[in-house]
Amino acid sequence: MSEFGAGAELPGWVTESRSRGEFFSPEESHAAAPAGFLQELPSYRSVLRRRAAAGDVQERWGNLRGIASAERREPQPDGGERGAIPLWELPFSIAEKRRIRDLQQGDIKYSSGWNHWKRTSSKSWKKALKDIKELSSYMQLWRHDIHSIEGKFGTGIQSYFSFLRFLVLLNFLMFILMFSFVTLPAVISNYGIFNSSSTKISPNNTEPYCTVYTPSGNKGLVYFYTYLKDLLTGTGFLEVTVLFYGYYTIDAAWFSVLRYNLPLAYLLTTFAYLALSFVWIIKRSVERFRQHLVHDEDQFQSYCNKVFAGWDFCITDLNAARLKHRSLLYELQTNLEEERLKQKIAERTMKEKLRIYSLRIFINIIVIAVLSGCFYSIYRATVFSQENSSNISIVGFQANLLVQYLPSIVITSANFIAPQIFSFLIAFEDYSAAFEIRLTLIRCVFVRLANVGVLLFSLWSQIHCDNDQCKACGYDYELYPCWESAVGQEMYKLLIFDFMIIIAMTLFVDFPRKLLVTYCSWKLVQWWGLQEFGISDNVLEIIYGQTICWIGTFFSPLLPAIATIKYFIIFYIKKISLIHTRKPASRPIRASSSNFFFLAVLLIGLILAFVPLGVSIALISSSKACGPFRNFNTSWAIVPYTILEFPIGLQKFLYGIASEAFAVPFFVIACLFMFYFIALAGAHKRVVEQLREQLVTSWIVSFSTVRGRHPTSCPSLQVCVCTLPCLDFFLSGSPSTACNKYLRWNKSWLTSLWRMLPVLTCLFAAIKSYYCLSGES
Amino acid sequence: MGNKQTIFTDEQLDAYQDCTFFTRKEILRLHGRYHEMAPNVVPMDYTKDPDVKLPMQLIINMPELKENPFKERIVESFSEDGEGSLSFNDFVDMFSVLSEMAPRELKAIYAFKIYDFNTDNFICKADLEKTLNKLTREELTAEEITLVCEKVIEEADMDGDGKLGFADFENMISKAPDFLRAYSSSVLP
Repeated sequence: MSEFGAGAELPGWVTESRSRGEFFSPEESHAAAPAGFLQELPSYRSVLRRRAAAGDVQERWGNLRGIASAERREPQPDGGERGAIPLWELPFSIAEKRRIRDLQQGDIKYSSGWNHWKRTSSKSWKKALKDIKELSSYMQLWRHDIHSIEGKFGTGIQSYFSFLRFLVLLNFLMFILMFSFVTLPAVISNYGIFNSSSTKISPNNTEPYCTVYTPSGNKGLVYFYTYLKDLLTGTGFLEVTVLFYGYYTIDAAWFSVLRYNLPLAYLLTTFAYLALSFVWIIKRSVERFRQHLVHDEDQFQSYCNKVFAGWDFCITDLNAARLKHRSLLYELQTNLEEERLKQKIAERTMKEKLRIYSLRIFINIIVIAVLSGCFYSIYRATVFSQENSSNISIVGFQANLLVQYLPSIVITSANFIAPQIFSFLIAFEDYSAAFEIRLTLIRCVFVRLANVGVLLFSLWSQIHCDNDQCKACGYDYELYPCWESAVGQEMYKLLIFDFMIIIAMTLFVDFPRKLLVTYCSWKLVQWWGLQEFGISDNVLEIIYGQTICWIGTFFSPLLPAIATIKYFIIFYIKKISLIHTRKPASRPIRASSSNFFFLAVLLIGLILAFVPLGVSIALISSSKACGPFRNFNTSWAIVPYTILEFPIGLQKFLYGIASEAFAVPFFVIACLFMFYFIALAGAHKRVVEQLREQLVTSWIVSFSTVRGRHPTSCPSLQVCVCTLPCLDFFLSGSPSTACNKYLRWNKSWLTSLWRMLPVLTCLFAAIKSYYCLSGES
Repeated sequence: MGNKQTIFTDEQLDAYQDCTFFTRKEILRLHGRYHEMAPNVVPMDYTKDPDVKLPMQLIINMPELKENPFKERIVESFSEDGEGSLSFNDFVDMFSVLSEMAPRELKAIYAFKIYDFNTDNFICKADLEKTLNKLTREELTAEEITLVCEKVIEEADMDGDGKLGFADFENMISKAPDFLRAYSSSVLP
């Protein structure tokens, strides 16, 4: 490229526009004045501010160009000014950059002591930042593995593994939280280490039969397989360990003279890990949501994105390259196909529309029927399992294990069969390809998460009972003296079973299939072929496991540790399975849109986990025979109890916050803020659209004012046409990129606030109402 | 490693660190890669800034570039003499721009040069057709290629001249969500 040679200039078309940018301002250059309201929008003013700043940058680049080609220059007093753009971001060749750098170094000698210090310190600061960033990226878990996966299989599959890594870290943090605040104090005080002790107050004002709980810890001689069964189902010797809620039957732990309120710590740690997950997921999704919000309707950009940003530069493998070519081809063909389909849809007659809609309604009814079938079978399986799992003597060991695992088996089969049915049915509904994929995914997500909800509902219906003796305790004390442990065991079984299924599928389905396809040359087998790595299926699988972990941690505090180990092992299993037994998907999901989708579904799972936890903590009576909440009606009751022990001033303050006088105005103000931000976001979008339109109309206007002829028919105008893009770089480049920059900056703060406000207000309203109710009763 | 190497002077390494996104270690590793492509031609001692260029054929056989359909254009864009031979400076420059730390604006400037096959500072329809053919290995029919080219120009062309200038290109790239990620490759593990 001759222009980039020794001349060391930015390509002429860039510098001209940039230097000429100083002469143009948006108000002067348009023949059509922008609408008045646009100039009054706060965003537009920020755009002007930003443009002024951007103008400085362009001036500096223009100056640098002057410096670079200057033979001789005088010492500049304000040498610090030019150091503002780091050298490594300039688009010159290295030789030129070195020349500029030498000039800058020479500059330093002439500048005063203060400037010298400023420049060297800013340089070393930038270098330090660069080093820290690099170091932190080295410390990332599995950095090299994920990088090699990205190189071989593309960014779509890499996003799945990054997601897995995120979950490992999240679970590890949850485990640290629970362990340090709940398990460790309990263990220390139970064993009396460090001069500690624990107090157990037996509950008064309850019937004595409610408090009977004798977990059999496998005393005496038992068959060997009992230990295995206990390990797999969480009963027996595991039931009395730190793993389950029943162990924490402590009301207070004393470390010398310090009193550690274990029940309160248990409850607050539960809220803490939920809040931690919530905040972390939102923080991660804000970045992805940003793009989604501004470019949501941009079907408009899909061709450009595919053509110019379609090729992954990190692909190094021949097979991966071939696959990428094929997938790009497929994507472009799909897009063209969708265009044709859109036209077809627009041309549909009334009769056809009626037919299609009635068919869709019918298929949705079938989908609902399938879902109800799943839910009902889960309910029956859970009821059957709970009723028959204690009949050990009648049936054998294996049968008993089967009965215990029946809900897990039913849920896993439902999770497997329902998506197949959905993808079969959706072919009849005649949607566009992209919408088909999305709708099937939504249905699968719904199936998986609702299954967990139904399981918990059926468990609760078992624990709940109706006769008078039961009502005194509030739960079925005969079958479930310690019902939280029972729920914890159920969650434990689900997690273990999920893990075993993943391993079993890899070992007993994927590898034999690969062997079969490699060594057997029958046509049928070859047509069956290797399985694709379905990114969405795998992601939904781990989200399902994570939802179980969130729900189960309240009942079984060490569950996050098991989940961490599980995901850690799954990473390696999936990686090996991917490399050896799978062919990557021929219809790849783009990483940019899928990252946001995964996090959105994870957030839905978390919010779904709030519901059963909320019900268990606040509505169902805590068991009187075990656990830290024996002396309270419900697990939540400890919070009002603790508040009553606070000094009067603090109590009054807390009551004040919880009263209607505060809550209602707060809610109203929160709604106002929310509406304001929604309106602002809408206005930003409109500004971007209008600026874009203005660009186009300004072209048309400026063409028509010159001679009134079509530009391409006049040779002199063709020259103008060629240079006008450069002139408009300032106009189009600055507003929309500045606009985008402003939007980006504002959006992150904006979207996170926007998301949190309604949830916070709802949470607050719920707390307030419960508080009122409990205060009145 | 830091004190013993004799390939570059300290001053040269500092200059490289300032001008690119790489650290000292990475620059030395890059030099190792450059050297192993042609051990007889590339000297181990760069303290005197020797004028050594490697021809395009060697560079495009690097594993990082081998599978890239635009490898010739990439090498041409970074080569100073326009023929595709890269000196060590150009080599480092190329990977610096392609690294993950380079900002979007810088990548956009070079991406524009890569896609501009006839080097007329515009991405015209012929350039787009060549790009598409390279991307899909010529498996699209002529009619489909024309359709896609029309769509691309329709989406990105702001000034209505039927081809993409740098302004249009940069505007469009700023909205392409995959651009930054796609244009990052790491030559060093």
